[in-house]
Amino acid sequence: MSQALSTYNYKVVRQFTVMSVIWGVVGMLVGVIIAAQLVWPELNLGFLHFGRLRPLHTNAVIFAFGGCALMGSSYYVVQRTSHIRLFCDKLAAFTFWGWQLVIVLAAITLPLGYTQGKEYAELEWPIDILIAVVWVCYAIVFFGTIAKRKVTHIYVANWFYGSFILAVALLHIVNSAAIPVSLTKSYSAYAGVQDAMIQWWYGHNAVGFFLTAGFLGMMYYFVPKQADRPVYSYRLSVVHFWALIFTYMWAGPHHLHYTALPDWTQSVGMVFSLILLAPSWGGMINGIMTVSGAWHKLRDDPILKFLITSLSFYGMSTFEGPMMSIKTVNALSHYTDWTIGHVHSGALGWVAMVSIGTIYYLLPRLFGKQEMYSIKLITVHFWVSTIGVVLYIASMWIAGVMQGLMWRSVNADGTLAYSFVESVKVSYPFWGIRFLGGVLFLSGMLIMTYNMFKTMAGGNTEEAPVLVPTGQHA
Amino acid sequence: MDINDLRSIVTVLSMLSFLGIVWWAYGVKSNKKRFEEAANLPFADEETDRAELGLSSGDELRKTS
Repeated sequence: MSQALSTYNYKVVRQFTVMSVIWGVVGMLVGVIIAAQLVWPELNLGFLHFGRLRPLHTNAVIFAFGGCALMGSSYYVVQRTSHIRLFCDKLAAFTFWGWQLVIVLAAITLPLGYTQGKEYAELEWPIDILIAVVWVCYAIVFFGTIAKRKVTHIYVANWFYGSFILAVALLHIVNSAAIPVSLTKSYSAYAGVQDAMIQWWYGHNAVGFFLTAGFLGMMYYFVPKQADRPVYSYRLSVVHFWALIFTYMWAGPHHLHYTALPDWTQSVGMVFSLILLAPSWGGMINGIMTVSGAWHKLRDDPILKFLITSLSFYGMSTFEGPMMSIKTVNALSHYTDWTIGHVHSGALGWVAMVSIGTIYYLLPRLFGKQEMYSIKLITVHFWVSTIGVVLYIASMWIAGVMQGLMWRSVNADGTLAYSFVESVKVSYPFWGIRFLGGVLFLSGMLIMTYNMFKTMAGGNTEEAPVLVPTGQHA
Repeated sequence: MDINDLRSIVTVLSMLSFLGIVWWAYGVKSNKKRFEEAANLPFADEETDRAELGLSSGDELRKTS
């Protein structure tokens, strides 16, 4: 056995991983509540109505559930592939507690109506400053660990995590620039169409770097580890990484088709969105092909099922996305439930499933167990959540296309064939199916929570030793 | 030179550097070995895998079924 040099910092990984599951349940519960409010409008009680709870749902699932999963897993991966303990334990602890404080502040201020009114960037300026401070510390811990690594290469997962950290810092700081008028109110530093463009430059790159690059980092470590084979093509990972970096930044204008944004800007956004199909599928193919030659593992390993299914959903939604960015398609899909379906095929199918697979991989290791308390329950979780996602996105596709067709149909004399409320009326059954899909996905998370606490019980929280890298990596 | 020339230059330079990266990844034969090494990085610490799963170094590393 090689000589142990020190131990890895698993404490912060453990904290983030457990909180990710907890926030996942909370965020998805709020999602189910607002889905129910659309079906049964009488559930909009007082100030806890759809308009206040919807930003709470998006912030909780993206930044609390997804954020904790990303920060925890990146701290694990960067230590293990750099063969060194995390840089500065105290700063790492600060990123955990600071991030939890941000989440709690969001959960208090959003239902009370404190908002900057920018989608996915609603939080008011004092919280924005706290986010920026925590994020810079996160960058220092992550890149500090890479700087003192004991191996020559920086593994590709760390490239993806690193680009996610840098890009999110840039996006958050630029888009959140605002003039405060009081502690709880501020106005954007930008005006008119520039404000809209900066918001969707931020918005789409939050998808590109938070919800894509970060989770691809996860994929590049945990898929090879769980499948026990190196990544299918390392060269492809290098090329598709840089293609994503060069392309994503320009795709934002597709959120502003047929608005006051100049026409040429819309077309540039559309073209770059179409190009994005190639690097996105590069990642999907690389992940799925890693299991090539060991397909039988998919049959009895539910963790691998989660990881590979997430890549299939990633491939689906990154095909759908470029199609929806085409202006003529967008004329049908925009402002309808099709968009909601598209987002959830990415958010539930890709982001949540790859995180769930990763967390199931991590939990036993972080608590010194050989495996999760119940492998059967992971399989149950997999099927319940897969059925949930399928119900969700299928109902939203049907509702969305129907709404788009109804809104655009005109009578011979040029008047609208349907009033808006008629399209609402026929959407009810599909909103009911969506609610059911959400309930299934949430049930899966509750099964996971039970399995997690059972695994944690009597767990050993000793930290794993840092060992000299084997082979030619030393 | 107005700012639009600079914008065009940046676009062309970005495209060229991307093509350079593609060439570096696929065209340079000597990189093949270094990529193989890098791809195997997650597997260079199986002792730690054993330790964190609570196995002694003699036990076979069991994959979660």
